[in-house]
This record gives sequence, structure tokens and C-alpha cells, in this order.
Amino acid sequence: MSNVLFDAPGPRARVRHRYIGAVTLAAVVGIFAFILLRFVETGQFTADKWELFTIPFVHAKILEATVATLQAFGLAALLSLILGLLLLVGRVSKHRWISVPTYLFVELFRAIPLLILMMIMYYGLPPLGFSFVTPFIAVVTGLTLYNGSVLSEVFRAGIESLPMGQAEAAYAIGMSKTQVMRMILLPQALRAMAPVIVSQLVVVLKDTALGFIVTYQELLYLAKFYGAQPNYGSPIIPSTIVMAAIYISLCLLLAGVAKYIEVRTKRGPAKNIRAQQLVNEAA
Amino acid sequence: MDTLLNNLDVFVDGFALTIQVFLWSALFALILGTVVGAMRVSPVAPMRAVGTGYVNLVRNTPLTLLMFFFAFGYPKLDLPSVSYTTLSIFALSLYSATYVAETLRAGINTVPLGQAEAARAIGLTFGQSMSQILMPQAFRAVIPPMMSVFIALLKNTTVAAGFSVAEAGAIRATLSERGEPAIVVLLWVALLFVLLVAILSFVQRKLENGLKVLR
Repeated sequence: MSNVLFDAPGPRARVRHRYIGAVTLAAVVGIFAFILLRFVETGQFTADKWELFTIPFVHAKILEATVATLQAFGLAALLSLILGLLLLVGRVSKHRWISVPTYLFVELFRAIPLLILMMIMYYGLPPLGFSFVTPFIAVVTGLTLYNGSVLSEVFRAGIESLPMGQAEAAYAIGMSKTQVMRMILLPQALRAMAPVIVSQLVVVLKDTALGFIVTYQELLYLAKFYGAQPNYGSPIIPSTIVMAAIYISLCLLLAGVAKYIEVRTKRGPAKNIRAQQLVNEAA
Repeated sequence: MDTLLNNLDVFVDGFALTIQVFLWSALFALILGTVVGAMRVSPVAPMRAVGTGYVNLVRNTPLTLLMFFFAFGYPKLDLPSVSYTTLSIFALSLYSATYVAETLRAGINTVPLGQAEAARAIGLTFGQSMSQILMPQAFRAVIPPMMSVFIALLKNTTVAAGFSVAEAGAIRATLSERGEPAIVVLLWVALLFVLLVAILSFVQRKLENGLKVLR
């Protein structure tokens, strides 16, 4: 295999690579062994620390927290996509009184740290009379404002990556600006940007964990709660392992979807050209 | 304005710590990220696998979870005790390193294969083609996206506030004891973050224009 940096290896390089590979693996195994040894020596794998997680009631609670995480994620993802589209429309508007405020909105909410945004919702608003702001609302609005702004830029990048001819041809056959956007540009941009959009949704899923800091009762909240049960030996590390496994699996799953779409869309256009050729030949 | 001026000490301390955490994490993330990035493009299969595994795993771990582990789990492991600030720097570095690694890899991949082939063809050694041909080009392609990684890192430092680190994100908690209205404090914190991010974006744009590669 040859790439930018390295030539295809010869026999001597292959031997050297084998040694380097062995050393790498040894180092990684060493690091893992060290961590596991620390876990074992501090008694993280003793049965009494894990007993808590064999109770059916705890299973139900964990399921509940997973659902809470997914609820915040699902609603925030949906709302960010909608907000992203609305902001995109505002951003490409030819009226400056719409496009300039939208630009400022997007730049502002991309720059404020998400946690601060959630804190503004959760700690800032209730004293002003918005007493309905629950942690759930704070998490979802924070995620929506932040990721909606990011997604609108992703959409815009997708539209800008399209050839100029697309919009020009659409205008030439008499479509209005709305029609061009809705029927020509957006479908193509969304398809081209699909892997990026799903990757951004992984970020939304990861950032629901910030809800922990504004007391939203999701997986990490539960991890801390169960980790502090003295009757079961305060199993903070086992409970972190349990919740981490759930969180990371969910994120990996969604990242896998992004990868799948990426592979598919890379193959997609080529197949579509082929389909177009077949149609043309048959016509 | 009064809220800011009357509590300037808290704001200054908070943001000073934020910037400290940011700089240390950026440094460690850069070092670790370079190592992982190099592993990702190395010709040795196990190195690539380890690099890929690390990036995929840590990238799909919420930063809050990493910090959670370091803040609550680490002290139980009987390892040398370190401050919460240091632990948050560990978590931020481990997390950001994956982004650094991916940025480096993408930068190296922007250099056309012909560049390396031409370098080898005129007889440059590995070191020479690396330092004279490949790195100068990859470096230019890497700098602007790397600044984006740092902007994200700066914003991510606030997560440490949830884990007993008295940085900018924790200013609200400190000042609520002094009876300041939370919303005013938080809006000031947000504004200051917007300013910091604006500075980084400005540097990014300057570098981008200065380093643009015309192909």
C-alpha cells in the first residue's frame, strides 16, 4: 500500500513494520492492563459493587434515564433541523433586514458555549417569571438554538457547493426564488450534506450529557446517584461504566448511520448517472 | 454593568482559569493528537488500528462523561491525587486530541500524491521530502481547521465548571452567593465568551488568508 507519506514497503521495511506493530500493541495492552489493574486493586470488580445493577428496579430506572436522554435528543434534533432550515431561509434572503439579523443570530449562538446557554435557560430565566423552565426545556432549547445555528451553516455550505448552473437553469425555466430553493437546491444540498448532518446529530446526542450539569435526570445523573449509594459500596466507577456503555453505544450507533449514509451517497451519484444513461438509452 | 464591575475579581479569576485550562489542554491535545494522527497515517497496520480505535471511541464519548469519570472515578483509583482543574485538563486533552488527529490526517490527505512521488523521483530522502515538500503544504491546509478545533475547545472548557473547577462557567454559582441576578451574570459570561471566540475567529481568518494554497 502506498500513500502520500510512504512508498510501498520492501522486505526490510515489512520486517521493521512488524516490530513497530508489536511494540505498539504491547504499549496499548500495557496501558489497558495498568488501568484494569488499578480497577482490580481498588476493588472495582468485587461483587458487592456490582450487586446494585442486578436489581430489576435499577434496570427500570436505567431504562427510564436512557429514554430521558433519547427524548431530549430526539426533540432537540428535530427542532434544530427545523430551526436550521428557517435560519437558512433567513440567511439567503435578499432583504438585508432579514439576512443581517439572521447572520448575527447564527454567529452569536454558535459562539456561546452550549452549557452557558443551558444555564441561561435554567438559572437565568425562572427568576424573571419564566417559571415553567424545567431542566428538560433548558436542555432542549439550548441544544436547539446551538445546533440549529450550526446546521443552518451546514445547509448553506451544501447549497454553495452545488454548481451555479443548477440555480441558473432553474431561474431560466421561470422558477421563483422559493421554488428554486425548495425544489432544486435544498434536495441536492441535503443529500450531499446528509453524512455531515447526521454527524452533527451525534454531537446533539453527546451534548445531551450536559443536561447532567443543569440537573436534567438523564444517564449521568443516575450514574452519580447510584455511585453514591453507601449500602452498595458507593460504586461510582461501576455505575460510570454502565452508563458510559449505554451512552457510547448510542453515539456509535448514530455515527455508524452517518458512515453508512456517507458510503451510500458516495456510491449513489455514480449509480444515478448510470441509471440516467439507461433511461436515456431506452428513451 | 454594575454586576460586572462590582464583581470584577470573580470574573477576572474565572476567565483567567478558563484561559489557563484552555492553553494547557490545547498544548496536550496538540501533542497527543499529533501522535494519534501520525498513527492514523502510519504504514504499520496495528498503529493505524489503535489510532482509529482511539479516535472512534473517544469521539463518540460525551465530554461530560469523560470529565465525570475523571472527576468522580479517578480519585477512587488510589493514583497520585491531583486537582480537579488538572483532571479537567486531562479530559479536555483526551477529547480534543481526537479532533486534532482527524484534522492533521485530513490536512495530510489534501497533499496530492504526485507531490510525494515527484519528491521521491528526484531522490529526496524520507526526511527531506517530509520537511521540504509535504509538511509545508499540509501545514497550510491544517491551520484554519485546527483553529476551529481550538474554538470548540475554548467553549468546551465551560464543562469543567460542572465538576468543581472555578472557571468562567462557574462564575454564576459563585455570584449567586453574593445575591447577583443569575441572568445578568450569565449574559456577561456569554458576551465575554463571544468576544474570546471572535478573537480566535479573527486570527483564524487572518491565517487562512495568509496561508491559502492556490491549486
